[in-house]
Amino acid sequence: MNWISNYVRPKINSLFSRREVPENLWTKCPECGTMLFHRELADNLNVCSSCDHHMAITPRARFTALFDGGIFTEAKVPEPIADPLHFRDQKRYPERMRAAQRQTGEKEAMLVAEGEIGRTRIVAAGQDFSFMAGSMGLYVGNAIIAAAETAVKRKCPLVLFSAAGGARMQEGILSLMQMPRSTVAVQMLKEAGLPYIVVLTHPTTGGVTASYAMLGDVQIAEPNALICFAGPRVIEQTIREKLPEGFQRAEYLLDHGMIDRVTHRGHLREELISIVRLLTGQPPAVKGDLPPPQPADGAAKTDVPPAAAPETGAAKT
Amino acid sequence: MHYLEFEKPLAEIEGKAEELRALARSNSEMDVEKEAAALDRKADGLLKDLYKGLTPWQKCLVARHPDRPHCSDYINALFTEYTPLAGDRNFADDHAVMGGLARFNDAPVVVIGHEKGNDTKSRIERNFGMARPEGYRKAIRLLDLAHRFRLPVVTLVDTPGAYPGKGAEERGQSEAIARATLKCLEIGVPLVSVVIGEGGSGGAVAFATANRIAMLEHSIYSVISPEGCASILWKDANKMQEAAEALRLTAQDLQQLGVIDRVVKEPLGGAQRKPKDAIEAVGTAIGAMLKELGSKKPEALIRDRRQKFLDMGAKGLAA
Ligand SMILES: [Zn+2]
Repeated sequence: MNWISNYVRPKINSLFSRREVPENLWTKCPECGTMLFHRELADNLNVCSSCDHHMAITPRARFTALFDGGIFTEAKVPEPIADPLHFRDQKRYPERMRAAQRQTGEKEAMLVAEGEIGRTRIVAAGQDFSFMAGSMGLYVGNAIIAAAETAVKRKCPLVLFSAAGGARMQEGILSLMQMPRSTVAVQMLKEAGLPYIVVLTHPTTGGVTASYAMLGDVQIAEPNALICFAGPRVIEQTIREKLPEGFQRAEYLLDHGMIDRVTHRGHLREELISIVRLLTGQPPAVKGDLPPPQPADGAAKTDVPPAAAPETGAAKT
Repeated sequence: MHYLEFEKPLAEIEGKAEELRALARSNSEMDVEKEAAALDRKADGLLKDLYKGLTPWQKCLVARHPDRPHCSDYINALFTEYTPLAGDRNFADDHAVMGGLARFNDAPVVVIGHEKGNDTKSRIERNFGMARPEGYRKAIRLLDLAHRFRLPVVTLVDTPGAYPGKGAEERGQSEAIARATLKCLEIGVPLVSVVIGEGGSGGAVAFATANRIAMLEHSIYSVISPEGCASILWKDANKMQEAAEALRLTAQDLQQLGVIDRVVKEPLGGAQRKPKDAIEAVGTAIGAMLKELGSKKPEALIRDRRQKFLDMGAKGLAA
């Protein structure tokens, strides 16, 4: 599951094993192979400083960097019934859930929060790929509905960061029903005249793309993110031909008119502030009014880098 | 008659009866009727036994049966003045999706459905019922038409899923499905849906986000095909029987979960044995569902439809 660990080719591995680098302090960029120190990587929002490769980032770390001063309030998500189908493959579903919860420290695959970005109130929803591949089940559906309802109540925009392998198969047809359910959430925002911004992150695939993740008023993607309905392997098996370079990647979708922008994670915050303020008729954000921006090079830094200590300032409710 | 794997014993008996009768036709002195009738009775009993307790996987096979009536059969039999409307006004006309204006019990409606085709040529032309973005965009256009002219909509769902192709992805398969689902939620006219065969994932949702949803007794509706699920969760595509079981994709389970409103009984041995009876039963269900919604105002139809989906998932299956 953890794709960051997939990179370790034996050769490079042996090169570093002599020095016995503690695993958690260094991460090797799966794209260019550069060893990145954890603090530097966190300051850089998990983007490789050498090749700009965007690695996965948890919603909690992302929100801490996104919201002014790292302060946000988690929105309550109604708890769905657990294991509605009594699903069992090689393992029982509740066992898989507990394992994912232990591994991530999160309850489920989506985090909903409200707060301000550039002194602009928003609701944000972030999908967590590290939690069962971000898969969409009843909880994720409830989270999106809760996010939309909160945005409507506060009369503010919703910014949603998508990341998912698709539907939560262990919830069967009920996971499929999150497609229309999450679409109802989009409908609520539309009716209330509130902006709905989607940021597609790597990877966003399957039923998630075929519902709320493709219905934004503005569609932004992170560089090189895989965004598709059917995955490349399935397509290759079906049409029996090799797919072109960069197929279904963010830039390819931009070229084909499927999204509005491809934006580097480091510029995303400024861009979201701007778009949200433009769409809601607010004056430009006064830069001086904002908290100091996070240093991009990791030179000057606060005591704790945001991504390394995700709980900073997060008021849990 | 195409026999499914689990119907093999039945094929033998029915084959024997058929052989006897053929023999008698070419030889007028032979009287085989008594013997053949006995075989018929035996076959009937076996058919009853086989179909009494179909496993979820067997239901998948029945739902995909090549002789099962398809969308065009239902449209021809249940609707009059069917006037097909084509194209997405953008790229192409997707033959995996058919639809247009028609009358149901004399009242004007819009009908939309997936069509799989029934021989090699038409199957290829229909892309085996797997729609491309143009199919969903054609549906969006028809849903919009229905909304503006206050025509109830009937959708017939029968698709293995959206087509996993290069062009389909490039032209925005996911956006098209999402947009069609949203359009289903927005129209202020009655929208009723019947799963007549396979309700395959997002491709089905795009048509079945309806006020009322019915399923034929042996049809299926699932987030993923049992084969796909088996290869992902069991790492073995041959575990599709287990996957079909675990996914709870039968009409009976979906009714218990509150995902669908009614199960339409099929003739003994499945819709493919007596297509006329199956089509008639579906017609009755469509009539009943439209009647339930007939007096509702546009706002109420939209509100109720939305609430129906918000409420989904409140109950699980009994342990
Ligand atoms: Zn790199």
